[in-house]
Amino acid sequence: MSKQAPKDVLNRRGFLGAAGLLAAGAALPIGKAKAEAAAQPDPAITEVHDFNKLLGDGVDRRPYGMPSKYEKHVVRRDVGWLTASAESSVNFTPLHELDGIITPSGLCFERHHSGVAEINPADHRLMINGLVEKPLVFTMEDIKRMPRVNRIYFLECAANSGMEWRGAQLNGCQFTHGMVHNVMYTGVPLKVLLDEAGLKPNVKWLMLEGADAAGLNRSLPIDKALNDVLIAFAMNGEALRPEQGYPLRAVIPGWQGNMWVKWLRRIEAGDMPWQTREETSKYTDLMPDGRARKHTFVMDAKSVVTNPSPQAPLKHKGRNVLSGFAWSGRGTIKRVDVSIDGGRNWGTARLDGPILDKSLTRFYVDFDWNGQEMMIQSRAIDDTGYVQPSKPELRKIRGVNSIYHNNGIQTWLVRANGETENVEIS
Amino acid sequence: MSRSASALRALTASFAALGLLTSVALAQQQLAIKPGAKLGLGRAALPEEIKAWDTDVRPDGVGLPDGKGTPKLGDAIFQERCSTCHGEFGEGVGRYPVLAGGLGSLKADRPDKTVGSYWPDATTLFDYIKRAMPYGNARSLTDDEIYAVAAYILSMNDVIKDENFELNKNTLAKIKMPNAAGFYEDDRDTTEKHFWNKSPCMSNCRDEPKVIGRAISVDVTPEGKNGPAVD
Repeated sequence: MSKQAPKDVLNRRGFLGAAGLLAAGAALPIGKAKAEAAAQPDPAITEVHDFNKLLGDGVDRRPYGMPSKYEKHVVRRDVGWLTASAESSVNFTPLHELDGIITPSGLCFERHHSGVAEINPADHRLMINGLVEKPLVFTMEDIKRMPRVNRIYFLECAANSGMEWRGAQLNGCQFTHGMVHNVMYTGVPLKVLLDEAGLKPNVKWLMLEGADAAGLNRSLPIDKALNDVLIAFAMNGEALRPEQGYPLRAVIPGWQGNMWVKWLRRIEAGDMPWQTREETSKYTDLMPDGRARKHTFVMDAKSVVTNPSPQAPLKHKGRNVLSGFAWSGRGTIKRVDVSIDGGRNWGTARLDGPILDKSLTRFYVDFDWNGQEMMIQSRAIDDTGYVQPSKPELRKIRGVNSIYHNNGIQTWLVRANGETENVEIS
Repeated sequence: MSRSASALRALTASFAALGLLTSVALAQQQLAIKPGAKLGLGRAALPEEIKAWDTDVRPDGVGLPDGKGTPKLGDAIFQERCSTCHGEFGEGVGRYPVLAGGLGSLKADRPDKTVGSYWPDATTLFDYIKRAMPYGNARSLTDDEIYAVAAYILSMNDVIKDENFELNKNTLAKIKMPNAAGFYEDDRDTTEKHFWNKSPCMSNCRDEPKVIGRAISVDVTPEGKNGPAVD
């Protein structure tokens, strides 16, 4: 549950004082701190606009409301060269345009293996078979008669930031970190469904399978399945979006997104992992010795500053808001530290909004910018004591070919003109 | 007496006037569930239904159907149904997956992870082709054709050497893949134990950082700051 945000120790003086980069030498110039009168009256104020003169659209003009036409740039985007075809591909959440902790459903990044399955819920079935007392078939109507819960969880693709293992590649947090989203799910605990079918005592693994043209299947350890896994039919208060698995998906809190099988149609109980293509040839992490880690389900603690970032440069000297997300697959975010000198000195950011188990957590630092160059970093610490490592620390163990689980600290270089870029530092 | 209280009395009186039947029915219905009981939702899955969906195959061969195929037969099917994306010899077209080669490359700077060099289990081929291939026309191959295509892919990787080797549910389950021993359980909790740190450094943590790489020099970010046109 949410708790009181820790006290903001990064007040203006503390933040700048902790930064050797800025403290050295020159006295800190103070930005435009006080409001000055405009030279000319502002036409935004003095002129009458159509919108305060003429009637606007009536109530039924937009039966399903969409964002303002002035927000058309706030969209998911893909990176064409990453994949061979749009139907087996990924796009990215525009993290730098978001606030709070909830990702709007239409901005949640997409990852499909054979495109979006468009399924009439009246035709959807969920089967439970394998090592159960009684193999069962459920309709969506059946599932909506079961006891349900509401939970907010992040979903991160294991390959998020995977393009950055060898160094800075993509210039924008949407592309470096945008394979994550955070929504409220409504669904039935998987345990409820499994109890209905009756698990046999020797069940150790489940296999979850989608109804899409990839029939995507993953093995799931039974302990996790009985702990906190949900079978969800709603996100952010309405039915799942087609691209997020409508009408039914798995929710595997804190674990890699590939396991959250969309368009879920079957769960088989068994006594060993299935070794599916997605858990052997993919989603295994190749180490420098040529061997690979498998079953690396948990997403390590991670954070990113979303503002400023390459797509959201600093525009003003003086007062500014630095902002970002932190998350951990092991629990709640305890603290986020921010550096403006590439990790030499750190101050602690202010967490705001709900701080929930396995959910994105929002952090802020309010600061006055004097126009000097900054190397901005953030560092997440979760309630198990895990501290988000630097990229060199990660590479020391994992090399550069593991593709997945890159949770290293991101560096943004903010230039004197406010332009911000993705850099790799020594 | 307030208006609402008198309205309530009138309502109660009218319920009473409806008679005993109504009050008996109301007494029986409760907002509660039988503790410990099953939900009583869902129905038994029929054997035909389980057969239609339960096509998965495990590494021990459980789930493999009857049928057979050889690399020679698979070559012809592969050229017709698979080579547009995967190439004539499994070399991959464009960014579509490379299926063959790469043996011994896993320690290299640029490893080549293919069926032969990386996949731990041959059975995964059958499970995956049956559910997801050919891309864009999944579930269109017969079991015999799947055995044949799997045999051809294994022969391109020199896992099968005889072009007339019969792949079936018995022989497929026995195939040992070159990289079968190349995987180990997630060990982050031990090998990365030092990432759990009670007092992370706060000041003078490192020497002065220098920029050694820039994304804008790599120049692979999609162009345009305004995103695609959206209506």
